[in-house]
Parts: sequence; C-alpha cells; structure tokens
Amino acid sequence: MIQPDWELFLGSFWPMLDGAVRGTIPLALTSFAIGLVLALVLALMRLSPKRWLSAIARGYISIVRGTPLLVQLFVIFYGLPSVGVLIDPWPSAIVAFSINVGGYAAEVIRAAILSVPKGQWEAAYMIGMSHNRALTRIILPQAARVSVPPLSNTFISLVKDTSLASLILVTDLFREAQQIASFSNEFMLIYLEAAFIYWVICLVLSTGQGFLEKRLDRYVAR
Amino acid sequence: MSPADFPTTTGQTDAAASAALLRVRGLQKSFGSNRVLESVDLTVGRGRVLALIGPSGSGKTTILRCLNGLELPDGGTIEVAAAVIGDRAGGGITTGGGAASSASVTLDFAAKTSPKQLGALRDRSAMVFQHYNLFPHKTVLQNVIEGPVIVQRRPVAEVTAEALALLARVGLTDKQSSFPFELSGGQQQRVGIVRALALRPQLLLFDEPTSALDPELVGDVLRLIKELADEGWSMVIVTHELEFAREVAHEIAFVDGGVIVEHGEPKQLLRHPQQERTRQFLHRLLHPF
Repeated sequence: MIQPDWELFLGSFWPMLDGAVRGTIPLALTSFAIGLVLALVLALMRLSPKRWLSAIARGYISIVRGTPLLVQLFVIFYGLPSVGVLIDPWPSAIVAFSINVGGYAAEVIRAAILSVPKGQWEAAYMIGMSHNRALTRIILPQAARVSVPPLSNTFISLVKDTSLASLILVTDLFREAQQIASFSNEFMLIYLEAAFIYWVICLVLSTGQGFLEKRLDRYVAR
Repeated sequence: MSPADFPTTTGQTDAAASAALLRVRGLQKSFGSNRVLESVDLTVGRGRVLALIGPSGSGKTTILRCLNGLELPDGGTIEVAAAVIGDRAGGGITTGGGAASSASVTLDFAAKTSPKQLGALRDRSAMVFQHYNLFPHKTVLQNVIEGPVIVQRRPVAEVTAEALALLARVGLTDKQSSFPFELSGGQQQRVGIVRALALRPQLLLFDEPTSALDPELVGDVLRLIKELADEGWSMVIVTHELEFAREVAHEIAFVDGGVIVEHGEPKQLLRHPQQERTRQFLHRLLHPF
C-alpha cells in the first residue's frame, strides 16, 4: 500500500496555484480575448461577398485547424529565431494560442451569424440601418447567444492547451508541476494534483457559461 | 400647405398625377434566369390604399420588396414624391421622418444604384412583414424606438412618448417591457405595425400581414390596418384576403406572371374582371372545392 505524501501534496499546491494564477489563467484569458477579435474578423471575411477576402480567411482557418497546436507553438518559438525573429516565451505563447483560437472560433461565429434568420437583416434594413449597424445592433447580439456554448468549449480547451506552453519555457501550472515531480519523484501524486487544479478551473468556467447562457436566454421562449 | 411639386417627367398634368405619392414605371426583376417582374407600372396617390392580389409566385411580394429596397430591381424607375411638411397622416404622427427624407426621390434602376439611394427610398416607406420579424432580443418598446432613435437620431424622450402613445392605441401598453416571444402572433404583428408607424414613413407596406396568424387573431390586425387607412395613411398591401382588400383598398391590382394584369376599383375588379386570368384566379379563390 502506497501512502500518499500529504505534506508534499499540500506543499506543492501553492506553487502550482501560483503557476495557474500567473501563467495559465492570464495566458488563457489574453489569448482568448485576442483570438475572439481575430475570429470575428475572420468570420466576417468568410461571409464577405468578395471572393479574395473569403479565400484568405478560408486558407487561414484550414491551416490553423489542419496543423497541431504544439507544432504551431514550436514554429513560433523555436522556428522563427532561425529566420532572425526572436520572440520571448510569453509573447510566443500568446501569439500561438491567439492564432489558434482565431481559427476555431471563426467557424463558430460564422455559423452563429448564419443562424440568425434572414428576416432579421431585412427588418434592420427596413428601419433604415446600414449593413454594419444591422450587424452590430441586431445580428451579433443574437449570434452571441447561439455561440456561447461552442465558444465556451473553445475556451475550456484553451485553458487545458495552455499546458503546452510549458514546453516553450512559460512558467505555468504544468511547468511547476513538472519541476516538483522531477525533484520529488512523486509523479503520480503531483500530476493528479495538477489535473485536479485544471479540473477545478474548468468547473468554474462551466458555471460561468451557465450563468451567461441564462442571461442571454432571457428573451427566448422555453 | 400645398403638396410639394412632383416632377412631371412624363408630362402628365392631371390632378391625380400631381397628387401621386408613389410612381413605379417599368419595374423589372429577375432571380438568375427566372424573370419575376416583367414590367410593372403602378401609382399610389397620397392617402390612397393599393392592394396587390394574385397567385403565389406572381411577383406581388417582390414588387413590395422592391419598394422598400429589399430587392434591387434590374430596371425601371421608382419615384416617391416629397413629403408634405406638417402633413399629419393620422394618429398624431407626422410623416417624413427627418429633414433628409422629406425631399422627393427618384431611382432609375437601369443605372447602378448606390446604397445611399436605396437608403433614401427606404427612409420613405416602412414595411410590415408576414412573419413580423420583430427583434427577439429587444423589448416591445425597444423594438419600436430602435429605428427612430438609432437611425433617425431623434430625441429619446420624444420618440418614447410617441411609441407609448402608439402602443396604447393598439392596446399593448402593458406589454411594453415584454419580449416578442411572450406575445401572441396578433400582438406581435400589432407591434410590427407600430414599429413601422414610429418611423414616420410616407408609405406603409404590408406583406401578407395576416398570413402567419391563427384565424381568430386575423380580425384585430385587419381592423387596425383599416383604421390606419381611414386616417389617411398611404399604403400598399399584399394580401390574400379579398374581403379585406375590398373593404380597405381604393384600388386593387391583380398581379400574375410578373405584370399587373389589370387594376381598378375593388368592386369593379372583383365583380367584373375584364381579363380571363383575373376571372380564373378569383373563381379559384371563391370556389376552392
């Protein structure tokens, strides 16, 4: 019977939490925010009647979704220096994750915009709105409601994917865990503890998603 | 106030033409290879009601949508006369939303039409949709004031007071803070009508306003439209309700195959249609079995 080392468990909790608070969480939040803006632009490009704009967005999305996130991270952090572009770990991670979220969320937002009935565009035009105003005041608020569940998925995946940043030397929850595990040799305990902290963070996010959905659903028949 | 001068490009000088609010000439529209409007001419006088009837697929809804710039015609012209300043179209609503939309507008679709021109056309008319198309994320009151406040940039207090008066008129005062999903179809359509009125248009367009309603809710909406017609609003109504068309319209036009086959006073057209196609259509509607 293996006795868990509770002292190690508690002692390693704080450094890991510190890694989460100073690494994982800000990395995920920043990348998600930038990625969402990028995704909205890409979604609108995809929906543009201008073929070349749509083609650029389609190409971007295809490449981002068709290549592993880890490879994207390594290209930016380890690859770019060989062509003279040196980026620190943190900015590298943010760039990679933002690009990645942008590709995935673009398709979510595009589908959400398309899910708003055509009559809504027509009513907006009828009251005299321009395309852009119709989009921002009438279409996007309705698309937002539809896109909360899939975007929450994207965000939760992102939180867990940030653990890959430890491989380009970003000090996050998982890098702390790796360091503690390697000097204590308690791999099982420490990695389970890390998994537990990720799970708690994602639980909090799921709860937030629930609140947001409820708030946005107040004008929908149930 | 005298009616503003109407450009008499075709040299018409009779009184009816000078009082015309809307004049459509040679309107054409194709969807791909499908020619929906061959060549449509119609005129609506100020304070007059025109009903468009015809089989489905005849092009009557397309005509209406062209009038609101929701479809871009391939050819023809649409002219809307200048607003008569201070003209009260009824219910205390002054027509002609802002200064920019009070001048006359002429669109020639043979030339390329800019979004700005289409916008000018849209400013002069307001549409009531078959499926209401209320904004589901906005309350009833927000639905009504959205256009006047956000697009026409009129003062919120003034617009709100006007909107509340209109809602009171259609018996929906207690629903002002409700969301559309909480309303019955008939209530939603009345909000749709109020939303159109609040834009202070010169011309009201109705696209089969009762087709999506349960039969017992149709009456309220038709009664409201009739009241507005009696108050002097200018209207074009696409409808399947022949009885209603006879009641409310000054003129009925029968549309088939993308042309106006014949038009005339309701009694004349419904009782003594001149064209065989009109006769067949009316016969089918009146004797479905």
